[in-house]
Amino acid sequence: MAPNNTAATSQIDPVVVCKNVNIFYGDKQAINDISLDIMPKTITAFIGPSGCGKSTFLRTLNRMNDTIDGCRVEGEILIDDTNIYHPDIDVVPLRARVGMVFQKPNPFPKSIFDNVAYGPKIHGLARTNAELADIVENALRGSGLWDEVKDRLDQPGTGLSGGQQQRLCIARTIAVAPEIILMDEPCSALDPIATAKIEALMTDLAKDFTIIIVTHSMQQAARVSKKTAFFHLGDLIEYDSTETIFTNPADSKTQDYITGRFG
Amino acid sequence: MIEKTEAQKRTESLLLAGLKSRRARERRFVWLGRGAIAIALFFLATLFISIGTKGIPGFFQYYVTLEVSLDRDRLDPAGDLSDQSFFDGEAKKLVNEAIYAELGVTGRKPKKAARSLLSNGSDVRLVEFVKENPQLLNSAHRVKLALDDDADSYLRGFISKDTPEKLRRINDQQIAFLEALQEKGLITREISDYLFFGSASRNAEMAGIKGAFFGSMLTLFICFIIAFPLGVATAIYLEVFAPKNKFTEIIEVNINNLAAVPSVVFGILGLAIFINLFGMPRSVPLVGGIVLALMTLPTIIISSRASLRAVPPSIRDGALGIGASEMQATFHHVIPLAIPGMLTGSIIGMAQALGETAPLLMIGMVAFIVDIPNSVLDPGTVLPVQIFMWADFAERMFIQKTSSAIIILLAFLIVMNGVAIFIRRKLERRW
Repeated sequence: MAPNNTAATSQIDPVVVCKNVNIFYGDKQAINDISLDIMPKTITAFIGPSGCGKSTFLRTLNRMNDTIDGCRVEGEILIDDTNIYHPDIDVVPLRARVGMVFQKPNPFPKSIFDNVAYGPKIHGLARTNAELADIVENALRGSGLWDEVKDRLDQPGTGLSGGQQQRLCIARTIAVAPEIILMDEPCSALDPIATAKIEALMTDLAKDFTIIIVTHSMQQAARVSKKTAFFHLGDLIEYDSTETIFTNPADSKTQDYITGRFG
Repeated sequence: MIEKTEAQKRTESLLLAGLKSRRARERRFVWLGRGAIAIALFFLATLFISIGTKGIPGFFQYYVTLEVSLDRDRLDPAGDLSDQSFFDGEAKKLVNEAIYAELGVTGRKPKKAARSLLSNGSDVRLVEFVKENPQLLNSAHRVKLALDDDADSYLRGFISKDTPEKLRRINDQQIAFLEALQEKGLITREISDYLFFGSASRNAEMAGIKGAFFGSMLTLFICFIIAFPLGVATAIYLEVFAPKNKFTEIIEVNINNLAAVPSVVFGILGLAIFINLFGMPRSVPLVGGIVLALMTLPTIIISSRASLRAVPPSIRDGALGIGASEMQATFHHVIPLAIPGMLTGSIIGMAQALGETAPLLMIGMVAFIVDIPNSVLDPGTVLPVQIFMWADFAERMFIQKTSSAIIILLAFLIVMNGVAIFIRRKLERRW
């Protein structure tokens, strides 16, 4: 499906540039000197065994790690040539530009409408109620949930099924129109049918958004992503087009992992 | 039959051998638990029965209905229905004349015996009756007056006729008078209006909880408006915004320790700081409320923090993940979910404060105050202190009044806890 990965990446500027990123939890180093670029409007997958630091690295991209005590980030992460760890950077606009979807669906205990409307409301994106309703409808359509919930927008978001809740969380994120969406194992709590829906949705969303996904499922990474990064014990072992990673990996560790020999 | 390995056979035989005693241990534990609950229920029942049997009669007292001539010239010499005019009047004499007439007594000694059957507050009661019904002036009217506590105790059967006259607080002639009044059907046993609408009094039949009740309400009001906002704000700050370092750790440990400080210590603190240093007045609900607020603060802070912590972090992450600020995530999502727990903790703290005696003794709220406090700066007392004072008095009737006041206090506590449960059920949301 991808026309020519390598040719495309050489022409388009990356949207996220990470330079020598080191992450520490207290004295323990979780990420060792990682540099990588993320291409715009593509899906990039982070794979690796548990505890390899892929989630930690993902959460530094919108500074969600700030909420963890003792977490320290060194190096540079540039989004649109701005270092997001610069002391002058405010996390609020950063997180509006870099949204996040979590492992466990976490809708607010409010109505479906309020769940999606929350982001636009706090950022003042809608001047009128009609405008807000439009934003909510578009976001729900974008996440493929509109037809399922259009008659019950006032019902609690927590009453939806797991897969619907996760799509509601995606709708909540895209309602703010971010540039990048981070997804931290978004399907690990879902059944295969709901997973398939989310995967189809990700492919759709990649037309407008840059998506970075952490996953434990190698099939998922192979199915949806264009580029894959393999992490192991805090190191970035290999980062290449998904095709290369899964068919002809350069490193023997990658080879071992994708064939299920360790992990 | 599938062949079993040695290890499987071993497991089977040893497991079965030990199974009986394992089950027996489980049953013993269940029975111990049931026994503990039974003992607790027994003591609770004993407490309620004891308070109930003593306290419920305390809600009633004996009244005598007498025909009093409401002569205006004698009751209200100035004729303006003012307090001063009634004070100058002869209410007491009129009441006494009424009972002399009813019993047909003459002579100094019998008269004394007759009039001391009536409560000391009879004249005040008569004046109040006239103030409410001024149109009845200059006529004779039947007025219901309370009996003196000794007469009351006799009618309740606390004083026996068989006791030698010298050892009784009521003499043979008075007993005869009471029997005469009873025969005429003038003595009635009714719900005590003094208990609910009376204030502190040395006369048992006139003592009531009204002053203490208003004192309690004013004190709790001050306590709530100080402790609730301060406690909840502290909890939110410590739980959400404060950096986790040595300093906040010390504060945390100290708050937890504060919850275990004996309440009398808070009283001494109130006495030393608020009264001696700041020169606030003694015995006032304002100081009482501040002292109780200090005592309640740790309870509110600890329970509020616990309920904030009980909100799943995923909710907060979700809000932060779409760009909510720390404060928006807290106030829009975390606090609404934590509010039922915060309110429950606060109401339980308030209930604790309502029942607190020791710190209020230290700041002088134990003073004998007849007036009902109208503001937080008027001297007053509170329900538990009133109970403490009544328990100290010797008159038979005070024992019952004490139990009655305990019932009223318990009723308040039950209502407050009921409100806490109701709020929790009503506001609790699931996620």
